[in-house]
Amino acid sequence: MISINRVTRIFNSRDGDQVTALQDVSLEIGRNEFITLVGPSGCGKSTLLRIVAGLILPTAGRASIGGEEITEPRAETGIVFQAPTLLPWASVLDNVLFPLRMMHRIDSTSTDKAMALLKLVGLTGFESKSPRELSGGMQQRVAICRALVHDPDILLMDEPFGALDALTREEMTMELLRIWSERPKTVLFVTHSITEAVVLADRVVVMSPRPGRIAEIIDIGLPRPRSFETEATPEFHEASQRIRQLIFGTRHVGSGRAAA
Amino acid sequence: MSVQVAPPLEERQKPPRRRKRSAALYEVVLPLIATAGLFLLWEAACRAFAIPGYLLPAPTDIWKDTMAIGPTVAGHTAATFKTVMLGFGVSILISLPLAVLLTASPAIAAAVYPFLVWTQSIPKVALAPILVVLLGTNELPRIVITVLVAFFPLVISIATGLLSVPPELIELSRACRASKLSELLRIRLPYAIPFIFAGLKVAISLAVVGAVVAEFVNADAGLGFLIQTSTAFFKVPVAFGALIILSVMGVVLFQIVVVAERVFFPWSSSNTTPGA
Repeated sequence: MISINRVTRIFNSRDGDQVTALQDVSLEIGRNEFITLVGPSGCGKSTLLRIVAGLILPTAGRASIGGEEITEPRAETGIVFQAPTLLPWASVLDNVLFPLRMMHRIDSTSTDKAMALLKLVGLTGFESKSPRELSGGMQQRVAICRALVHDPDILLMDEPFGALDALTREEMTMELLRIWSERPKTVLFVTHSITEAVVLADRVVVMSPRPGRIAEIIDIGLPRPRSFETEATPEFHEASQRIRQLIFGTRHVGSGRAAA
Repeated sequence: MSVQVAPPLEERQKPPRRRKRSAALYEVVLPLIATAGLFLLWEAACRAFAIPGYLLPAPTDIWKDTMAIGPTVAGHTAATFKTVMLGFGVSILISLPLAVLLTASPAIAAAVYPFLVWTQSIPKVALAPILVVLLGTNELPRIVITVLVAFFPLVISIATGLLSVPPELIELSRACRASKLSELLRIRLPYAIPFIFAGLKVAISLAVVGAVVAEFVNADAGLGFLIQTSTAFFKVPVAFGALIILSVMGVVLFQIVVVAERVFFPWSSSNTTPGA
């Protein structure tokens, strides 16, 4: 469904230098597939996500959705950011409805849709609350509803749980799996957490920095539905270890060689 | 020696009504008591040290002399109030589109900014007589001076507010394929509200200053004019009366802005006053 073909993105930094955020990245993503992008800072995960979102264009190569080249943001894509970035003046319900309002797509069924989503994330009864009355986890749930309200077929998530505390983060991970199983979407999920990447994904795309490249794509064959127990299985450990090797391995090899 | 014990939980968590009452105490009663105390001290000092009225008139003399020409003072107050409000209003009308322009493109900002700073570097008192020559001896130069004094901080705070929007929200707006106009109206302006009100609070105070500066140079009415004429004739208590009216006007107008923000934009973050 999403096709990224030899995409390179170069940024001009303020002092005139050129920074290659992505180099020659190719990736095919199927419909309703859950893909996680994991890698150290500066490996171009967020850049890749924003290219799929149509917020930035590739310097070279081609990114397309359903065969159509991505040249601008597309209406059928939902985005969740690291910070909930809810509108402080609007109620929870109005925050969820916000994209529809911006797209002039609000109609008589919109409120029902928003309410159903809030029910899905367990926020029934909070519709008229102000965002500042909500905890960080609840705010991020509202942000997820906001990304889903126009019923997108692609959901892009840029470290959505990165700002949450560890416990809420685990809870939200399972929550997202439940939401995804009830409303299947093609998900592209950026994270720093290896555990999160493995437990969520059909395939984990491990990236390496400077310049941002795909180091390896790992198939996660763990059965669904997954739960906290999944993390205790040998398959889970195997996948996590492989990712760790890919991310830290080269560094160990380098230091080993220096010692020898 | 007694041991300090933390009060029980029920006592520490004051019921909301009591908290509201103590807020009223802090915000209204205490400042009033302090002001009254200051005036009493002033009165007492004037009497005890027999300070001559042309140096520092006692509050009772100020009251007596000002009230003696009450209707005239009221007319001057109305004239100044009019200049302040017109100047303040025009400042808002100029600042809002100007701030939007400044934040819309770096090119416009680079072109307009030097002029803005330049208008601020000119001493307004020096500019006032020139403006009178240019614009005539009427209300117009007074309003222009008031605007020149008041609008700059307003422009800066609105522009800062418009740029304070988290970049993710702008990305969200772009992802929704929203126009620049609806981005401005639905995201940037509401986000700027706390900044706009911070600017309005500064601007309303400066508008009073600007109006008086203008009246010093060119006026046949207004509290600034009254201060000039009464000091010229050694009617110092009346000048003090005009000064007190001016300061009260400044405080009241400032408070109106504060209350307006609380009433219309209760979510605005600048509502958290220091100490509250």
